[in-house]
Amino acid sequence: MSTRLANTGRLVNKNKAVYFTFNGKNLSGFEGDTLASALLANDQMLMGRSFKYHRPRGVLASGAEEPNGLVNLGEGANFEPNQRVTTTELFDGLTSKSQNHWPSLDFDIGAINKHLSRFMPAGFYYKMFIHPRPFWKHVYEPIIRHAAGLGKAPKDRDLDTYEHFNINVDVMVVGGGIAGLSAALAAGRAGVRVLLVEQTAHWGGRAVVDQPTVDGMSAEDWVKNTLQDLESMKNVTVRNRTQGSGVYDHGYVLAYERITDHAPETDAPRHRLWRVRAKQIVTATGAIERPLSFAGNDIPGVVLAAAVRDYVVNWGVSMGDRTVVVTNNDDAYRTAITLKKAGLEIPAIIDARSTANGELIDEARALGIRVEMGKGIAKVKGGKRVTAIGICAQAGEGAELAEISCDCVAMSGGWSPVVHLWSHCGGKLVWDDAQAMFRPNPELPPLGAGGQGFVTTAGIANGHLFTAEGIADGFAAGRAAAKTAGAMGKSGAAPMGEDASEGPISPVWLMPQGAKQALRSKSWLDFQNDVKVSDVQLAAQEGFESVEHAKRYTTLGMATDQGKLSNINGLAILSKALNADIPNVGTTTFRPPYTPISMASIAGPARDDLFQPIRMTPVSDWSNENGADNEPVGQWRRPYTYLRDGETVHDAVNREVKNTRENLGLLDASTLGKLIVKGAEAGKFLDMMYTNMMSNLAVGKCRYGLMCTENGFLSDDGVVARIDDETWLCHTTTGGAERIHAWMEDWLQCEWWDQKVFVANLTEQLAQIAVVGPNARKVLEKLGGMDVSKETLPFMQWRDGNLGGFDARAYRISFSGELSYEIAVPASQGRAFWDALLDAGAEFGVMPYGTECLHILRAEKGFIMIGDETDGTVIPQDLNLQWALSKKKEDYLGKRAHTRSHMADPNRWKLVGLETVDGSVLPDGAYAIADGVNANGQRNTQGRVTSTYYSANMDRGIAMGLVLHGPDRMGEVLEFNKIEGGTVAAKIVDQVFFDKDGEKQNV
Amino acid sequence: MSNAVSALQGAVAPGEVTVREGGLQGMITLRGDLSNAKLKSVCKAVTGATFPKMGKATMSGDNALAWMSPDEALILVPHADTADAIAKIDKALKGQHYLAENLSDARALIFVEGTYSREVMAKAAPVDLHPSTFQPGDFRRTRLGQVAAAFWMKDDDTFAIICFRSVADYTFKLLAAAAKGGAVGHF
Repeated sequence: MSTRLANTGRLVNKNKAVYFTFNGKNLSGFEGDTLASALLANDQMLMGRSFKYHRPRGVLASGAEEPNGLVNLGEGANFEPNQRVTTTELFDGLTSKSQNHWPSLDFDIGAINKHLSRFMPAGFYYKMFIHPRPFWKHVYEPIIRHAAGLGKAPKDRDLDTYEHFNINVDVMVVGGGIAGLSAALAAGRAGVRVLLVEQTAHWGGRAVVDQPTVDGMSAEDWVKNTLQDLESMKNVTVRNRTQGSGVYDHGYVLAYERITDHAPETDAPRHRLWRVRAKQIVTATGAIERPLSFAGNDIPGVVLAAAVRDYVVNWGVSMGDRTVVVTNNDDAYRTAITLKKAGLEIPAIIDARSTANGELIDEARALGIRVEMGKGIAKVKGGKRVTAIGICAQAGEGAELAEISCDCVAMSGGWSPVVHLWSHCGGKLVWDDAQAMFRPNPELPPLGAGGQGFVTTAGIANGHLFTAEGIADGFAAGRAAAKTAGAMGKSGAAPMGEDASEGPISPVWLMPQGAKQALRSKSWLDFQNDVKVSDVQLAAQEGFESVEHAKRYTTLGMATDQGKLSNINGLAILSKALNADIPNVGTTTFRPPYTPISMASIAGPARDDLFQPIRMTPVSDWSNENGADNEPVGQWRRPYTYLRDGETVHDAVNREVKNTRENLGLLDASTLGKLIVKGAEAGKFLDMMYTNMMSNLAVGKCRYGLMCTENGFLSDDGVVARIDDETWLCHTTTGGAERIHAWMEDWLQCEWWDQKVFVANLTEQLAQIAVVGPNARKVLEKLGGMDVSKETLPFMQWRDGNLGGFDARAYRISFSGELSYEIAVPASQGRAFWDALLDAGAEFGVMPYGTECLHILRAEKGFIMIGDETDGTVIPQDLNLQWALSKKKEDYLGKRAHTRSHMADPNRWKLVGLETVDGSVLPDGAYAIADGVNANGQRNTQGRVTSTYYSANMDRGIAMGLVLHGPDRMGEVLEFNKIEGGTVAAKIVDQVFFDKDGEKQNV
Repeated sequence: MSNAVSALQGAVAPGEVTVREGGLQGMITLRGDLSNAKLKSVCKAVTGATFPKMGKATMSGDNALAWMSPDEALILVPHADTADAIAKIDKALKGQHYLAENLSDARALIFVEGTYSREVMAKAAPVDLHPSTFQPGDFRRTRLGQVAAAFWMKDDDTFAIICFRSVADYTFKLLAAAAKGGAVGHF
């Protein structure tokens, strides 16, 4: 059984118990424990079930690479699935539940999958997608959905907060082991700005467990001293519990800080995403030990060798009393030595190498440990945990020579440098045959904008497995990065490290090397996704030769651990099966983040009120307090209609439509774009921007204008007012304000940079209220202060003045066909002016109206709407707006495009009015059908609806649409399709439905 | 005018770092040739501040001048004095190519004040705010969260922020949330 040891545990405080639960059981650990070490101390080695076969799973590792120990953590608003027990620091009140089991962790019906495993081989999903198709939907998918899947999705809203933090540094060092610390030391001493991050709560990486000497002191003391040095430097920031998660172009790095995961009662954001802009990045990310592939290597109790000694040294936890070490390298002997010295039994060290010599081997032998050279594990025995192993000759096929009873197997297949961050932005790898590993190729680093490398890698991550080289490499990397980043200072002398010399590794990709199918199909590569040696071999056999294809076919490395333990072993097996060299098969792509980071940290503050900006006009508050039923218009929320007691939206719209025509309506038009164009050449500039003439507009007058893109498509429209000799004010659509401003600046800055024209966006400076209806003039006259009579302020003119005490600019313009004014006042007075209009308008039947009423009023008059009648493919000619295309002007944007053959094609659909024969409302976007079918077998069409409404004034459906030869077919009846099937008949009519002679606005 | 109100009517989110709307502030956008002596001198005349260099803001009491772009300056004067200031500019620059517009009400002014105000700003803006590169008098046009903004430091603990009026509520809440999140301990 796994248990707590009396005399070791450098990270735990045995005087402080911490209480937690696992699957409802009350358990205790110590301050400083991880959830993994605390569970093991309670002999809870079984922690979950695998994804596909529901095999029993215990921890395999002690850090971020852990594939097995995943739990549902927390409850309710703090619930989070798939949390690794090895990276979860224990705290009082922690609740955890194992995943992927039913009905219980100990007894799992799904485990029957393991007996079906030969019917669920590699590529099972792909094969079942294809044949037979109905089986997938009705048989496999429901079963697999129930059986597979890891953690549960959270049900409640997350109560925690999250934030972002932007900083710029000269050198960012990722990894707080001795290489990273020495890199930060070198860079810090050189005087540049340094950020050093470490993903765990502790500094020193492997060195503080394995205790080499550095500068004549223990690694632990050196780490402590160096950290103090770094913390005392004002130009250096060090952060633990912060993972360098991703490296992106231009030296952009995301670092993921877990602020309160270990202390959830703290009143601080839970996670902070550091958005770092670094001139140079040093990745000192260490290495990950590789598992060995032998039969039964997934049974709980089979653990990576270094992890076994981590648990003993760091947390004082043993996996069991009798540990067999199986290895192909010297480093794993440290585990045997450490455990032996801690008083635990090592029945044997199984070394796959035929011969090996080194200080560590000598030391193990001197401690009386039996060393079996040239041997391997034939199979591991046990169900929910290891009970024994059978040993065999590594060179053979797996005939069992002897059985050794044990409760833990510590395995080591060598080390793989963590090259992820080096690779994220394109750093290349090289295969190191002597050390049997991929390591960064320093000749081919990720390149910055200037073609220079911006990432260096250091220490074990750079393939330097030994202390002396690793720490020197780290220091050199820090010094070089600082220099590249512009350091002027000196880094001083590098620290000197020393540890036991080791003999060479002998790569072992399968144990024994000639293992038969029965053993290979029990030799796990990917422990979370249940991918075995036999699956990868099958993939190769079925033609999946590319490593990327084999990965997806077998799901190797596609689990939440992204193959940190399985990728190299898997591609070694693949290369063997393909008779290719490992470097020729290559690796799969390393993508950020290094481990999963919380979605909430990515969102940062963007949730609830801050999910996205909602733009407010000076009248928005009033509208929201008075029944506004809003619709999004860009980032504005505009009232669609104002609901009164008990009204439906339809009723409210119809009330507003009738009242505006009969009495007085008010519209908050503040969102409309208002661009000031000023300068000696402003008229010339506007003549290019608009299709019609603007330079000859008289001061005091207004003109409706169209804007096209240079490709001739209708882009925006609005009323332009001439303010003075050099100044025009251009109204745009709501959505066009920023777009057209940018469009004008684009032309002025990039093409006509010599024109004397300035543009300013006054959209938000002014609140603009449309005062519309037969009583419009009466209410303005009641406010008083300026003459708004027909004579003084005729249609399509404007005047500055004072209305009821407000500084106002009154435009006599109409988008409704009614007597109508738009009044602009400073935004700071917008609300007061609105209130004054409501007050004064009470006796005239004033009612605010929303955007739907606005749409209906304009449609009754046949006015087009950008975005309804236009969709980016429509030109002014389609909308019968030829009158607005100046023939006098030599050029304007879109003019040449209009002469292209397709633009001048007489068969382009043209705008008409449409009236259903039965008075109903045409469906929006409906097509007018024509005879026959097209090449795709679809019904031919001859037109479509662009705007369609119920008009309360006409008491019938009215619509506009684009129809083939439409204006020539007045009176003809077309059939339009309906969503629910069938068609509805509509007659082509004039697009002006209401007050065709314009008598209502001409007063 | 008595019925004029600022976007957030002086909202305050108090704390160790306080976020406070600055109320009505006169703001004039001036576009023109920034090297022109008449332009520089009228800017100084209406604000009392010296003309700023690229990336800088200069202050004189509550008045300020900020460098917005190679052909744009921002002039801060009391809200009530805006029209007079524009009249002075129009008089001084008559006959030249320039644009001076009152944009006081198009924007909101927000202050972030307190010990870790620098970190509050760094939570929202992708700007190098390290004390060695950003000090009182430095001015940036950038974004805060998802909206465009400009800011400068008034003193060691105070940032002044300008955003569009329509998103004043968003900006204020974003900064208040960043302040509530506490110090990072970086700067």
